[in-house]
Amino acid sequence: MIEIKNLHKSYEIGASSLHVLKGIDFSVEDGDLVAIMGSSGSGKSTLLNILGMLDTSDTGTYDLDKIRIADMDEKKAANYRNKFLGFVFQSFNLINYKNALENVALPLYYQGVSRKERQKTALTYLDKVGLKDWADHLPSELSGGQKQRVAIARALASNPKVLLADEPTGALDSTTSIEVMALIQKINNEGKTILVVTHEQDIAKMCKRVVHLKDGIIVEDKKIKQNVIKNV
Amino acid sequence: MNSLKKIFDRDTWDEIFESISKNRTRTIITSIGVFWGIFIYIALAGSAKGLENGFDEAFSGLSKNSMGIWVQSTSMPYKGFEEGRFPIFELSDVEYLTDRVPEIQYISPGLQAGAFSGSPPLVVRGLKSDNFNLFGNFPDQAKISVIKIYDGGRYINDQDIKYERKVAVIGEGAQERLFDLDEDPIGKYIRINDINFKVIGVEKYSEGDGFGTDSDITIPYSTFAKIYNRGDKFGFMFISGYDYVNPNYLEETIKENLKVRKIIHPEDDKAFGSFNIGSLFESIIKFTRGMVFLSLVVGIATIFAGVIGIGNIMLIAVKERTNELGIRRALGATPGEIKVQIVLESVFLTIIAGIIGIIVGAFLLFLINIGTSGLEDFPFANPTVPLAIVSGAFITMITLGTLIGLIPAERAVSIKPIEALREE
Repeated sequence: MIEIKNLHKSYEIGASSLHVLKGIDFSVEDGDLVAIMGSSGSGKSTLLNILGMLDTSDTGTYDLDKIRIADMDEKKAANYRNKFLGFVFQSFNLINYKNALENVALPLYYQGVSRKERQKTALTYLDKVGLKDWADHLPSELSGGQKQRVAIARALASNPKVLLADEPTGALDSTTSIEVMALIQKINNEGKTILVVTHEQDIAKMCKRVVHLKDGIIVEDKKIKQNVIKNV
Repeated sequence: MNSLKKIFDRDTWDEIFESISKNRTRTIITSIGVFWGIFIYIALAGSAKGLENGFDEAFSGLSKNSMGIWVQSTSMPYKGFEEGRFPIFELSDVEYLTDRVPEIQYISPGLQAGAFSGSPPLVVRGLKSDNFNLFGNFPDQAKISVIKIYDGGRYINDQDIKYERKVAVIGEGAQERLFDLDEDPIGKYIRINDINFKVIGVEKYSEGDGFGTDSDITIPYSTFAKIYNRGDKFGFMFISGYDYVNPNYLEETIKENLKVRKIIHPEDDKAFGSFNIGSLFESIIKFTRGMVFLSLVVGIATIFAGVIGIGNIMLIAVKERTNELGIRRALGATPGEIKVQIVLESVFLTIIAGIIGIIVGAFLLFLINIGTSGLEDFPFANPTVPLAIVSGAFITMITLGTLIGLIPAERAVSIKPIEALREE
């Protein structure tokens, strides 16, 4: 699904440059649930942003579902993001003046799906995350866990190939975190490829594979026995 | 191309409408600038138009290119004639002029006693008597200058001229002095120079009408000529040209022709005295045009300021919405779509604020119109704003709204989505 070879990325900070990613080789199989771990400054967020086409690499190749992601203008990148990727952010990033249903329907709007179809699909996904009854609530009327579930529903709404989650539980308490991770596991079990950036061991253990980043290189990449959450 | 198609998409407008209606404070503050601009503009332009209409109404009936000409004495010797000659008009001169100056619409020779020369005759009515200026006029006089006859009366007509009838139109001042307050003068008789005249109309006095006063008495030209034994000679006439005729041109042409006819030196400017209403009008028209122009400049400038205000607040709004726009882009919005949305929001706000401004401005004009409709002395009537000016303002608004919207739109997409998302 994802194939990365010799990826480099550095940021210009004033006169000096900061080498963040120093040659990443990395691939993800279809249906995998990968945790990307590392301390802050290890480059994990940068990697996720490049994977999410929100940022570009300096050198190296990136293939997503056998499509070479390179030299794309903003418009093309936007279309690819819309079609292939779903994002879940630490701070939820819901649009605060849109209700849950409208938030979930937004990626479909950018796909050009008709209004009726959008509403229907969005409601299906809201139902999937257990928030069908909260469809017409604004984000300010939802709890943190509910917001993240809406964000997950939104990420899924466009039926992307890969779900990218950046610290999805970072702003949640442990109980809610487990709820959200349970949802992620459920979605993964249905066949969706998911990448989770986290710095929490507990969260990483709920994935099928853990990749450790340190100072811009992968120091460890192993399959683990997944800690499956039951009965939440 | 895809972005352009979005403009006509209902979903785009739903999205814009949602973003506008759910950020109410921002929307209202943004709109006030443009609303105010167009409101001021409509109110100003309408008032200027009202003033113009008011002047029009005040001078209504008066042919705008009418003129008066009268005989003075020559100041240059010419072709054997000495200077100081009095080139009195004759009725045949009227035909001579109409034959040679096709621009003439009406021409009305006049006789008078008391206004410039001679003495005002004594007019007696019962026990009341006074001296009044007397004029002898043709019916066409009413088509050249403002002659408003009070209800129930009439002006001199062709039959009066033909039969040399002893009928008189009296000024409202003369009515006051000759008749009792509650008396209807129509059909009553007055004695002018011991001759009985039947009053056929009372003339309403209007200012700016030639050289009359409110107490003049007018009798048929032919009657006057006979009583005063004037033959076919007369000293002044009123002339009006067709609407398209320049009054200054008319005045000059008539004078040139009369100089030829009366054998006067072409450069003798003293032989005839004349005036034309047109030049008087011109200064008023220039004034109202100045007003219209001023309102245009002020209005456009205010609209401009208003639209810049929209641009300004949109810039702040874009900054405020950096995160939202980042989310939209992460979810697949192309830079084009974001730009179209921002620009359309700007244009939409401009248009809505503009429409409200037009409506409120029109309502104010409506109120002003009601408030001033009873005032005779205030030259203000029917304040309207021509559709061309409204649509002009509208197009200006949309154009400026688009242009100004491009700035925040450009700014919105210049931020990378990743940076936009980091912004909280």
